[in-house]
Amino acid sequence: MVKKETESIHVPDAPHRPGDKPKFEQWSWKPEDLNLLEIDCSVEDAENHAIGLVRVLDDNHEAKGQWDPNLSSDELIMGLEHMLRMRIFDERMMKMQRTGKLSFYMRSFGEEAIAIAQTMALKNQDWLFPTYRQPGAQFVRGRDMVSMICHCIGNEEDNVKGRQMPVHYTYREGRYISVSSPVGTQFSQAVGVALASKYKQLDEVTITWIGDGASAEGDYHYALNFASIFKAPVILNVVNNQWAISTHSNFASNNQNFAIRGIPYGIPSIRVDGNDFLALYSVTKWARERAAKDLGPTHIEVLTYRAGAHSSSDDPSRYRPKDSNDFWPGGDPIERLKLHLIQKKDWSENMHQELEERIDTEVMDAYKEAVKFGDLANGPYPSSDAIFTEVYETPPWHLLEQWDEMKRWRDE
Amino acid sequence: MPNMNMVQSVNSALDNMLERDSEIVIFGEDVGYFGGVFRTSDGLQEKHGKHRVFDSPLSEGGIAATAFGMGINGLRPVVEIQFADYIFPAYDQIVNEMAKVRHRSGGEFWCPVTIRTPAGGGIRGGHHHSQSPEAQFTHTPGLKVVYCSTPFNSKGLLISAIEDNDPVIFFEPKRCYRGPFYGDPHNVPTWKEHPEAEVPESYYKIPLGEARLAMEGEKCTVIAWGAMVHVAEQAIKNSGISCDLLDLQTLVPWDRDAVVKSIEKTGRCVIVHEAPKTSGFGAEMVASIQERCFYHLECPIERVTGWDTPFPHTTEWDYMPSPSRIAEAIQKTQEE
Repeated sequence: MVKKETESIHVPDAPHRPGDKPKFEQWSWKPEDLNLLEIDCSVEDAENHAIGLVRVLDDNHEAKGQWDPNLSSDELIMGLEHMLRMRIFDERMMKMQRTGKLSFYMRSFGEEAIAIAQTMALKNQDWLFPTYRQPGAQFVRGRDMVSMICHCIGNEEDNVKGRQMPVHYTYREGRYISVSSPVGTQFSQAVGVALASKYKQLDEVTITWIGDGASAEGDYHYALNFASIFKAPVILNVVNNQWAISTHSNFASNNQNFAIRGIPYGIPSIRVDGNDFLALYSVTKWARERAAKDLGPTHIEVLTYRAGAHSSSDDPSRYRPKDSNDFWPGGDPIERLKLHLIQKKDWSENMHQELEERIDTEVMDAYKEAVKFGDLANGPYPSSDAIFTEVYETPPWHLLEQWDEMKRWRDE
Repeated sequence: MPNMNMVQSVNSALDNMLERDSEIVIFGEDVGYFGGVFRTSDGLQEKHGKHRVFDSPLSEGGIAATAFGMGINGLRPVVEIQFADYIFPAYDQIVNEMAKVRHRSGGEFWCPVTIRTPAGGGIRGGHHHSQSPEAQFTHTPGLKVVYCSTPFNSKGLLISAIEDNDPVIFFEPKRCYRGPFYGDPHNVPTWKEHPEAEVPESYYKIPLGEARLAMEGEKCTVIAWGAMVHVAEQAIKNSGISCDLLDLQTLVPWDRDAVVKSIEKTGRCVIVHEAPKTSGFGAEMVASIQERCFYHLECPIERVTGWDTPFPHTTEWDYMPSPSRIAEAIQKTQEE
């Protein structure tokens, strides 16, 4: 064996740990930097967009550049309202989790714009294949908040029937596909959903998301390859929120850029400011148009920051600076859209406060309505018969026998 | 002797082995800086260095494949799959690669990897944080399969698993990390005061392939592993029937001699596992027991298991084998 003087295995570091001053590079990207791409652009045309950052809102909260989607004030206010709804809803659920009404919870804190702007940029017939960090899409598709809470608190009205942990929503009516815990699986499945729409020759596009951490799973790479080869009408988003529980994104990508990975797969790829509602809307609408015109998939890196804990079971102060979110160059998505609207004279602090109060009441009312059907701390729960139903389309004999045995114990 | 919970005992085993053997490296999701989501590797990176205890990308297939490569090139990796439910992207690497490399290479290469993974229910984890997939690995020739149940046996078995030159899947019942679980979610004792929580800080081994006689009796042989050992203990106490309780500890290779010896004494047997019934490891044991003990058996062997369904969230107590279900099965063996 020939020995040489060298360091052992190279293991990356996170840029900041507890006690450090958060280190983020200040953004040099401006809204005017990147041109609006042609719908039928080549992969090479998009290279600058993969290494740059598409922004619309500038540092003074004005909409600038070619990617400005020119949304009406009503549309922007609707976006702001949904984002606020998500945040207030999350805060309420988190409080309830602490009192035992839910077993577990995951907030979208700091990432509210992503699911909401992107879903608003789609058509209602488009399929959503989310992770647990995009529940906001359901508000856009009109889901009743009471029903969402009933799922989270695992009561008799939970449409998941007590089978899955909170935040694992399913909402077929809104074309929001059932959330699964194993990370990344949906990403390649979404390509199949999109190809089925294509096979049926329907005007349907599929959007899916994956985290920076989960992009290390094989599913991410399967998705890019299949989508590219079969020109699937799919929008593939990597939400780079920097953290996968305690694992920093530099364990998922050595060069800190996720968008660029789509280029060698032959997929036009764009990096977008994930806390800029207008930029997200615009890029997604562009990607939808490409898909709808049979031009194939788009790969998007949504650059953001996980402002809160991974989940109610997590304590990020053990592995990152407590206040790191305050230093994120992308700021807060709600604050930024609010200031944009105020600067346009379409909104005011007073109107914002009134909206917050209205949503707060809406969430409280929905919560009071939902707990009428029970909660995890006190029941009543969905019937445990639901353990046995829908395992198969029709339960075979061995399940029927075991079901009877379970009932004997339960009803004793 | 210090009192440890199962997080501390696993940590202590890893710490001892890192000290003793420079060929050991530990990696997995969140295991490095953070010390694991269950805290089992807490402090080990700081103590032993970043090149020996580190975070991996979120890629179970990648974790297993990398461990394989390290293993065949002289290291002794101990990797963590954060929840056993998440082991399946690594299944190909485990089943087709790790398990077979010694055989396929004519003995030229082998893979001394230990895969630690928290398993089992009782934490309101729903479908994907509760499963107990041991039978998916016992059915794979070339793998050893261990399922610990207490702080004391977790440490001794883990050290044996790490030193073993074959790949070992090491299941840790997550419900028991901080206390034994007696089947009552409203009564949550810690490991404090429990005799099996007296754990030496130094190195010791419990051989793979040996069962632990957790209770001794005359009328029935109850066999369990993981969290179910404690539930079965409660059931035996509730039943008032004198039973041997065998904590199997290792599933492959399992301690057939201890099982046969006990059944030759009692003539009756109840097997308990959390995993679904169909093709569960209990089925293998029933088949082997009837081959060996047919003329000693006074009655059919009972199995008390999870249902053949996915693991539920809100209604998990209607899924997991309860002390009452187990006690009824023990009772039933006494009626014939």
